[in-house]
Amino acid sequence: MVLRLVFAVSDGLSVTVRGMRGIISWGAYLPYRRLDKSQISAFIGQGGGRGTRAVASFDEDTTSMGVEAARLALRGADVSGASAPEAVLFGTALPAYADKTNATAIHAALRLPAAVPAFDMGASVGSTAGALRLALSTVGNRLVVTSDMRTGLAGSADEANGGDAAAAFVIGESDAVVAEYIGGASITEEFIDRWRTPGEIRSKVWDDKFSELTYVAAGRQAYKNALEAAGLSADQVDLVAVAAPTARIGSALASKVGAAKVVDDLTATIGCTGAAQPGLVLANALENAEPGQTIALVVLADGADVMILRTSPAIAKYTPTRSIATQLASGAPLAYGRFLSWRGMINVEPPRRPEPARPSGTAAARTTDWKFGFVGSRDSQTGDVFLPPIRVSSDGQRTDQMEDAPMADVEGTIATFTVDRIAYSPSPPIIFAVVDFDGGGRLPIELTDTDLEEVAIGGRVEMTFRRLFTADGIHNYFWKGKLIRG
Amino acid sequence: MASHGIRDQVAIVGMGCTNFVENWGASLDDMMIDASNEAYASAGVNKDDVDAYWFGTAQSAMSGIALARALQLQNKPVTRVENYCATGSEALRQASYALAAGAYDLCMVVGAEKVKDTGFQGLNANPIPNDGTARTLTAAAMFSMIVPAYGNKFGVDEDTMRAALSHIAVKNHYNGARNSRAQFRKEITVETVEKAPKMAGTLGLFDCAGVADGSAAAIVCRAEDAHKYTDKPIYVKALSFIAGNGGGLTDPNYDYTTFPEIAACAVDAYAQAGVTNAREQVAMAEVHDCFTPTELLLMEDLQFSAPGTAWRDVLDGVFDLDGELPVNPDGGLKSFGHPTGASGLRMMFEAFLQLRGEVPEERKIHSLAEGRKLALTHNLGGYPGEMVSFVSLLGAELD
Repeated sequence: MVLRLVFAVSDGLSVTVRGMRGIISWGAYLPYRRLDKSQISAFIGQGGGRGTRAVASFDEDTTSMGVEAARLALRGADVSGASAPEAVLFGTALPAYADKTNATAIHAALRLPAAVPAFDMGASVGSTAGALRLALSTVGNRLVVTSDMRTGLAGSADEANGGDAAAAFVIGESDAVVAEYIGGASITEEFIDRWRTPGEIRSKVWDDKFSELTYVAAGRQAYKNALEAAGLSADQVDLVAVAAPTARIGSALASKVGAAKVVDDLTATIGCTGAAQPGLVLANALENAEPGQTIALVVLADGADVMILRTSPAIAKYTPTRSIATQLASGAPLAYGRFLSWRGMINVEPPRRPEPARPSGTAAARTTDWKFGFVGSRDSQTGDVFLPPIRVSSDGQRTDQMEDAPMADVEGTIATFTVDRIAYSPSPPIIFAVVDFDGGGRLPIELTDTDLEEVAIGGRVEMTFRRLFTADGIHNYFWKGKLIRG
Repeated sequence: MASHGIRDQVAIVGMGCTNFVENWGASLDDMMIDASNEAYASAGVNKDDVDAYWFGTAQSAMSGIALARALQLQNKPVTRVENYCATGSEALRQASYALAAGAYDLCMVVGAEKVKDTGFQGLNANPIPNDGTARTLTAAAMFSMIVPAYGNKFGVDEDTMRAALSHIAVKNHYNGARNSRAQFRKEITVETVEKAPKMAGTLGLFDCAGVADGSAAAIVCRAEDAHKYTDKPIYVKALSFIAGNGGGLTDPNYDYTTFPEIAACAVDAYAQAGVTNAREQVAMAEVHDCFTPTELLLMEDLQFSAPGTAWRDVLDGVFDLDGELPVNPDGGLKSFGHPTGASGLRMMFEAFLQLRGEVPEERKIHSLAEGRKLALTHNLGGYPGEMVSFVSLLGAELD
């Protein structure tokens, strides 16, 4: 291997060069539900179109989807030891919290060491291009998490053409790098393309043609500069992946850069996923790449950012934990009315039961490993697993003889189940199952992304990180079960 | 581990019970005053004769002051008791022990709950600050999981299970129709039960107990003093209570076909009372029929039926009003609704009336006349896998 000199400013976290720098692992997360856009105009009299968009469930937000993508990325490769993330960078245009950091919930769900910092990148679509570019061009192992939910008024273009998704990358120096970063460039532009005041449910757009012309020009210039930085000519790029505000702008740019192949940007099936889209199209490029190929990622958001990567032999051995193709195949339809209620566009009569109280901040702080990490306790003598964790053995005889039992990645089997039509839920009814985990441990817990007719005793379940409800502005994050679907 | 019990040491000498209804026009205080006055009159005593009070309410009030203020008690010790849905039973248990210990000579127990002021459906627990990870399922959903589990384990097909559960609902409404204090006083048909809207799992509206406001009260003394107050005292034969440790929720071996806390509680109660064959010795039982499958399992956990056979006994009419061992002759939670703090004492009120021969002709049971002497009351709180259980045995004669 050629010894590389890394021209990077030390950020104080790490200056060690461990091998080539680039992407070590990735994971893309698509929410389970798909909205057939032809439903929209039939219901509301305008908007809609052909194809589908991905819809985050009522119990998901950008943070919870970010957790799911990061879990897939961390399971995709050995990221312990020298490859372990040394910082978390989280980008979304729709943060669950303002003021409070959102990346810390992701950090907690992943059970990263407290000494690993977790930062939000700012509430804009362009934030994730920044996170990726920073991670690729500086030093240290970075977990970059990109996530977004695209919302708009009923019948709007954003509603129909947007999509919800998340993608995450472990980036650093390692012999296991699957795609090496070989150069990049940015063009920064201040202009009014689309904008939103914090707290609003919709963005506004100035002029599509003006945006297209501005973005294509910025994109071509950044692309040219990036090729120069990487020492490549245009015909040496095998795959170009473009994340753009609209599918039209993306394809206008892609057709002009002269790459051998354009990666499917998933806008016809998933939608334009905003701050998640750079991650999603990059993941889709990596899923479809062979060793030795050059990939150009182009992000058009308030200017243009281009990152060029070259796949290594290691990518041939890399199997995504759950591929985009698999998740595309397993989505399930969602009625437009329910979509509107999930996004708060129409209010549906709730069961006449009390709404949940806000979770206690101090109580939650005492149980972070359980609440965010889904860590139970295992009796060190009997091996029995307890969810939630307990201090005293189940025979009452011994105290504090328990070990951590991390259960988030353990699968289980449905022992029995029911449907609760009268309990409070943001989207009733509640499907609820008693789940026996492989290797021990039982928890009666809500199932999500599940239709009643699919549930059966003996069904297989995995855990997923969700936002159960929001009360007094506090998002109550915890875990639910969902049926395993390949 | 000892559980000696206080068999024949304490007697109930007077009781009162309000109608259980959606009592829009009456406050908690109103209902406590009415039940208490009926109990004082029943025992022929006045307020000042009572040495100490136990006041059971799950969440309608706090502290003994709520009862002392309502009844304007003058410097009396009042203990507020809460133990889930077994609150009323637990209050009587504590008063009985104080008497047996010799601390007081005459005690009063008042259970009361004002449920219908919340504006919500069903029973709702006041939230205690927590980390947000606790279940938010309704009791109906938790108990609904019994139905498929029981059917699978014992090979009872869905139609037969449905028939047994419907029989329980129809039976309890039949009994309640003959009780002027019940919330629901109409007989229902199997068809009504089965066509009702579904609440949780396969449980429909008529598989669930009603929700009502109410209060009940009892006056208790040591057995040797009982005849000072009445010619027909009812003696406490057994009082058993178990608080589960929640193990069933996390134990993969728990199969939702039995309530271990109740089975253990029944063993303890029968030992205290010297009962060797519950099916043959118990004359009647008031049990916690919060949902129809709950009553089905209770028949087995209370040893009235062998495991896996209660459904057949139910369908054979063993537990009907004119059956071998009438269960819930007053109509049960199904007909009365469930004012949490009062229900346990409401059950004892029916045992008190039946053992004293004071029920109207149309609600009389045959088993007492046929020589059986014991009435059982059973009260539970919580869910399958995590519950409290209370069992009492009462009788009109000293052993």
